[in-house]
Amino acid sequence: MTYTEERARKGGPNTERHQSLAPRSDFPLLAANPALHYLDSAATAQKPSVVLDAMREFYERDYANPHRGAYALSVRATDRYHDSREQVARFLGVADSTRLIFTRGTTESLNLVATAWGMEHVGHGDEIVVTALEHHANFVPWQQLARQRGATLRICSLTSDGRLDLDSLASLVGQRTRVVAFNHVSNALGTINPVAEITALVRRRAARNAIVVIDGAQAAPHLRLRLDGDDLGDVDFYAFSGHKMLGPMGSGGLVGRRSLLETMRPYQMGGDMIEIVGDEETTWNVLPHKFEAGTPNVADAVGLAAACGYLESLGMDAVRAHELALLELAVDRLGAIEGVHLFGPSDLALRSGVVSFTLDGVHPHDIATILDGEGVCVRAGHHCAQPLMRRLEVPATARASFYVYSDSKDVEALVEGLQKTRALFAAD
Amino acid sequence: MANLDALYQEVILEHNRRPRNYGAMEGADRVVESHNPLCGDALTLWVKLDEDRVVSATFQGSGCAISRASASLMTEAVKGKTRSEAEELFTTFHDLVTGKLNVDGDASAKQRLGSLRALGGVSRFPIRVKCASMAWHALRSALRGEGSSPNAVAVAE
Ligand SMILES: Cc1ncc(COP(=O)(O)O)c(C=O)c1O
Repeated sequence: MTYTEERARKGGPNTERHQSLAPRSDFPLLAANPALHYLDSAATAQKPSVVLDAMREFYERDYANPHRGAYALSVRATDRYHDSREQVARFLGVADSTRLIFTRGTTESLNLVATAWGMEHVGHGDEIVVTALEHHANFVPWQQLARQRGATLRICSLTSDGRLDLDSLASLVGQRTRVVAFNHVSNALGTINPVAEITALVRRRAARNAIVVIDGAQAAPHLRLRLDGDDLGDVDFYAFSGHKMLGPMGSGGLVGRRSLLETMRPYQMGGDMIEIVGDEETTWNVLPHKFEAGTPNVADAVGLAAACGYLESLGMDAVRAHELALLELAVDRLGAIEGVHLFGPSDLALRSGVVSFTLDGVHPHDIATILDGEGVCVRAGHHCAQPLMRRLEVPATARASFYVYSDSKDVEALVEGLQKTRALFAAD
Repeated sequence: MANLDALYQEVILEHNRRPRNYGAMEGADRVVESHNPLCGDALTLWVKLDEDRVVSATFQGSGCAISRASASLMTEAVKGKTRSEAEELFTTFHDLVTGKLNVDGDASAKQRLGSLRALGGVSRFPIRVKCASMAWHALRSALRGEGSSPNAVAVAE
């Protein structure tokens, strides 16, 4: 069913109103800019005061270099770091927090796996499977690993509405497959991929030592995750970014299978990640420290933990329901504008709060500039997904994305801005 | 909206709708491809030269209104110019779109720019400077002998 048909079925335009799930007043930047319609949360999320306060409090009260000083202050800093890891692991549904490695974010997490695992285990004639839906962060590291190791990169194709084509995937995964890497949720289209189903497919078809790597950058902020649970329990690595889930920039992590992390070589070498350094040989520290060389980013870990706490207090099921309601509204309203084309799954249950669209006769950059003039922030471009854009046969799309502080007024402003854009560009 | 009106002047919108000198050129001396990695936009420029002079230039590609209009206006503006005149014009144009030049206070620049002045509004949108100058960068490469010479190299499309 097309959007238009579906609207016709529902009858009349969608005029639902939705308040934000989290009060805008919790977000200093939004509170200071009441006329701002921030619809670029898929790129990065605004920060609630609790996150900023937690970081400030850490610097003002508990700040020292963790793991190193034999004094109470350093112990407090170490505790804050440890407690933050526990809280973030809990949020992700991970009981064993030592398999959560803090990184700078998804990009670093994926590079860690491609380098530390990939360089050891991928060789000539092996195959790496990625998808046409990937962010460059989960595409380029594998492409380059394949080139370096003489392996072959295989790219899973998509259905016409932007879902992974599981038949294509099944035909690509086989005994030579070493890695299958894909996102849980697409940043460009919002597609929610069936991780459990795909992981099961990989386990059936690939050799036992093949790994499944999930880019969770767009899932961790929006979905309730249980990485120990039935759905996600069998993936080998799960990467995420703190800044997209209300946490600070430069925070994030990688959850790995313990047996793999234990046998992998470290990614970076230096302080904290060693056990004994001899003149010739070094032994590695235990998990997770083996993968966290150098002075850790404690303040950002503290901020990320506070963000997890904030999201938990909202409830991740409520977050998802809120975003779905806004998504439905946006799809209805945008779909009703003449000349607007929407991308992504038509079944909105398979989509996060992302609306990727084009407008006939107006380039996405011009859309974004004109919307900006109306106080509406959207992303325009290839969304770090050039392989996808080539397959959609568009150079770029405009993208609006929602989060806990978004409301139906944001959608209204977007719709009005698009009407203005059309009027400005209308052929005379 | 004042800034937006300055950016999307009627001249720009009109050149975006009906770009001049649009399409591949037979018998071009140079073909240059230019990309904006930020947005994935691409532009191909064909230039025909008579010794030191631009006889004609055409372009094709996907891009925003600013980049299309700028390319369209440029192909008109550089027709008949020598290499050094064209480079000089680019410098003036670049000053215009980056806000270094106040045309109203500079009669000679105003006259040199002619209809290119329509892109003056870009100076208030620093992120759009790349869009406005993409075609010009391609032209400069062509005039400096970069890119391919279709007589020697087969060109796709
Ligand atoms: C799906 C996806 N993967 C990876 C990334 C990269 O995340 P980061 O830049 O935080 O490392 C992003 C963020 O843009 C993303 O949306």
